[in-house]
Amino acid sequence: MNPEPTTLLQGTLDLLILKSLVAGEKHGLGISHRIRQISGGTFVVKPGSLFPALHRMEEEGWISAFWGDSENNRRAKYYRLTRAGHKQLDQETKRWGRISWAIARALEAS
Amino acid sequence: MPLVPMVRGFFRNLFFARRVESDLDREIHSHLEMLIDENLQAGMSLEQAQRTARIELGGVDQVKEQVHEVQMGNWLHSVFSDCRFALRQFRKNPGFTVIAMLTLALGIGANSAVFNVVNRVLLNPLPYPQSDRLIALWLDAPGAGGLANFSSGLELSPSMYMTFSDHNQTLQSVGIWTSGNANVTGVAQPEEIRTALVSDGILQTLEVPPLLGRWFSQADQDPRGSKTIMLSYGYWERRFGGDPAVIGRILQVDAQPREIVGVMPRGFRMVDRDFDLLIPMALDRAQQKLAPFGYEGIARLRPGASLAQADADIARLISVWMDSWSNGPGTNPHYYERWRIRPNFRSLKQQVIGNISSVLWVIMSTVGIVLLIACTNIANLLLVRTESRQQELSIRGALGASRGRIARQLLLESGLLGFAGGALGVAVAYAGLRGLAAAGPADLPRLSEIALDARSLGFTFALSAFSGLFFGSIPVWKYARATGVKGMGTNRTATTSRARQSSRNILVIAQVAMALVLLVSAVLMIRTFAALSTVEPGFSAAANVQTMHISIPDTLISNPVLVTHTQNNIAGQIAAIPGVSAVGFASALPMEGADPNWDELAVEGKNYDGGEPPLLMFNYVSPDYFKTMGTRLIAGRDFTWTDIYGLRPMVIVSENFARDSWGSAAAAVGKRVRQFSNMPWHEVIGVVEDVRVHGVDQSAPPIIYWPAMLNDPYTAKPAIAGPNAVTFAIRSQLVGEQEFITQVQNAVWSVNPELPLAFVRTMQDIYSRSLARTSFTLVMLGIAGSLGLALSIIGIYGVISYAVSQRTREIGIRLALGAQKHELRWMFVRSALALAGVGIAVGLIAAAAVAQFMKALLFGVSPLDPWTFILVPIVLTAAAALASHVPARRASRLDPIVALRYE
Repeated sequence: MNPEPTTLLQGTLDLLILKSLVAGEKHGLGISHRIRQISGGTFVVKPGSLFPALHRMEEEGWISAFWGDSENNRRAKYYRLTRAGHKQLDQETKRWGRISWAIARALEAS
Repeated sequence: MPLVPMVRGFFRNLFFARRVESDLDREIHSHLEMLIDENLQAGMSLEQAQRTARIELGGVDQVKEQVHEVQMGNWLHSVFSDCRFALRQFRKNPGFTVIAMLTLALGIGANSAVFNVVNRVLLNPLPYPQSDRLIALWLDAPGAGGLANFSSGLELSPSMYMTFSDHNQTLQSVGIWTSGNANVTGVAQPEEIRTALVSDGILQTLEVPPLLGRWFSQADQDPRGSKTIMLSYGYWERRFGGDPAVIGRILQVDAQPREIVGVMPRGFRMVDRDFDLLIPMALDRAQQKLAPFGYEGIARLRPGASLAQADADIARLISVWMDSWSNGPGTNPHYYERWRIRPNFRSLKQQVIGNISSVLWVIMSTVGIVLLIACTNIANLLLVRTESRQQELSIRGALGASRGRIARQLLLESGLLGFAGGALGVAVAYAGLRGLAAAGPADLPRLSEIALDARSLGFTFALSAFSGLFFGSIPVWKYARATGVKGMGTNRTATTSRARQSSRNILVIAQVAMALVLLVSAVLMIRTFAALSTVEPGFSAAANVQTMHISIPDTLISNPVLVTHTQNNIAGQIAAIPGVSAVGFASALPMEGADPNWDELAVEGKNYDGGEPPLLMFNYVSPDYFKTMGTRLIAGRDFTWTDIYGLRPMVIVSENFARDSWGSAAAAVGKRVRQFSNMPWHEVIGVVEDVRVHGVDQSAPPIIYWPAMLNDPYTAKPAIAGPNAVTFAIRSQLVGEQEFITQVQNAVWSVNPELPLAFVRTMQDIYSRSLARTSFTLVMLGIAGSLGLALSIIGIYGVISYAVSQRTREIGIRLALGAQKHELRWMFVRSALALAGVGIAVGLIAAAAVAQFMKALLFGVSPLDPWTFILVPIVLTAAAALASHVPARRASRLDPIVALRYE
């Protein structure tokens, strides 16, 4: 299955980035790959949206950044979830659950 | 958004913008390279891999730009909307806004004005290139008895200058100079102008290039060379209308034709003095002796040399100097070893500033306290307002505004208020500076340089920000603690909680304490001024004494006897003017700032420790001088013209000298004194009261009054000498009227039409000038003290009044239950008095500490003056009672029914 990449819904990018970091620290490209992987190829995050989001989230205090070596021995900037990030992910997940449930109900109504 | 990371992020973006930028750049490039790596692994060619990666990335700069928008955009956007909201708030409360802004404008304006002066006078470098290398050459001579009376140490002699200039290893250039007066004739009216005589090295030291023409050359400094002068910018404008063709013209200076070779630029002063003409000193090396020590030395240090090195360098040259020169045949050149002369150099800036810095720092801290009081008042107002906004804030909080966001909103409002006040404050400062320049003391150095500049504006800006944050943070801090209270809907029946009232109480206590400090300082200055005005300066009815300077250059009249005759004739002509009751003249008048001469004086029959008699201050006076000045004759008699023309060896001494030397004034008459062994003994014919010649706050030195003409003790052969430049004193009821001055002028010109009158002023002017520093400090502290008092009365009134309005229902209940009106009144007045009492206690401790810093400014009053420290608390207590009585009375007159329904 190879569905067409879909435009990200407003507000979901943060959720996806937070989710992609649960498994551990990643650099920008790693996050982008992980999102594609966990969304089954539905969401492709371009660097033009990824980096602004990462920097905003860093300022919010949800993720923190540090410099490290990549698998190919390149210097890369890594991100990891902070405690506040974990909390945020929790809240966002719940919120998303409510929204998707509400939307699904709305669509089912005849 | 949590406050801390947001603020951290903002400041990081703001202050470490370059590092954030390069970090971002590296991050995006590393991303690009990893994309390329992947593409290569997927089997693409290098070129193809790079192109695909670039397409996917979408351009490094575009990505960076998008990140920037996130970094700054969000924040700025919300700040702008907060600003708009704040402005709306201000419009809704015009009364509060105007009062707060005006209070701030006054407080900030006063601070910027004073800071401006402090900045110009104390902090800015002198207006010469690399002025930090300029030093003033003063010497210490602890071994010279009486020399301690010289205000700042021993000045240089020309021979010292020559030795130092020839042999030093630390100075790039060195010179000596002295100020004087000269008559310029041959153009329109004769005019006496201010001169600066400069040796070679002075202009090289100050390093200010001429506006027109050239500096003095070596040839100009040759006593047998060409006679030249340079003009100051002011004199050039005034006298020649700024004509550039002035170079090469000839001016008659003291009847000596001199060629104008240059014009100095605007604002150039000789160290701390204005002048009209620069004249080369043209020292004759062959004529120099060890003495006299009357020249100001300045030098420019070599690059890298320190003041201490210069001290050590010149200390070594003192003995070289004594080896190289003498005071004439038969004198011992090493006599001065007893004086233990040693260099005590200081920076030229320190020399110029003098002791004015203590005054300025006191005033600076005073206006600082006024601003603090003003800020506490506004903080109080804001507290009240924030409480009345509790509902609005609670609603915003419930709608999801974070605590940080609301704090930011409140701070932004007070910040805007601060800056608006600051902007108005600049206008206040400008007006204040104008006033200061007009009314400031004449001895405030460098006042002419004062104008608003970048540093002062920066200070005002910082002050505005500080004030805004200061009074804004108090309600924010309160609010942050109070978020636990569910604000919505509870307000209606809430009475003031103790916690809410307490922060306002603390502010009032602080206000009262600060006002007390200001008032104590002001009252101490008033007491000082009062003490100074009761001091007898040694002359009387100064407003009726006209003074003027007349100098007769020896190029005009060279015979000293004729000079004295001319002065005598002038005195005679002036005495003939109707309404003149007495005329006399002297080398120098009290408080003019010039000491005519200092030298040693031996009392007959007295042995001195070390063999040398002490140095004493000399003056040279005419008959009737004491009568004119109102200086009382304690014993004996005054000089007569017969004494003077007869060259009788006579002298008049001051009372303190008479008492020190012979026990009493009466015992002094008939005793004898002399300067050197080659001088005949002079008989003391009179004793006059002590005169505080150096200012009312300085003790009166012993003074020896020689007759206006005498045998010159300083020449080997007998010769007659008298002062060429004297100040006339005229006592009359008509003093100060223009017609009177014209009559005096005509009287002088009837004797000799070539003679100009200079420094025409009354003795009262001279006296007031000597008090200028004290009266200036007094006025400034007086203004600050009254502002402080007024602001704290408003503060107390505000707090009590608010308490009354908050407790209206409670008052209603109390009244309904039968409380007496006077009890209610007392309840509120008592709480105000309690606050004032604590404030006064704190303030008294602070004032006692502050007064110690003012010691230098006080005269005749102790820093812990009991009178002041009792009076001021009484005044403040009365003010607190009064301020609280008004709202308390309102409370006691409430109708219980109305009060209970009040909301």
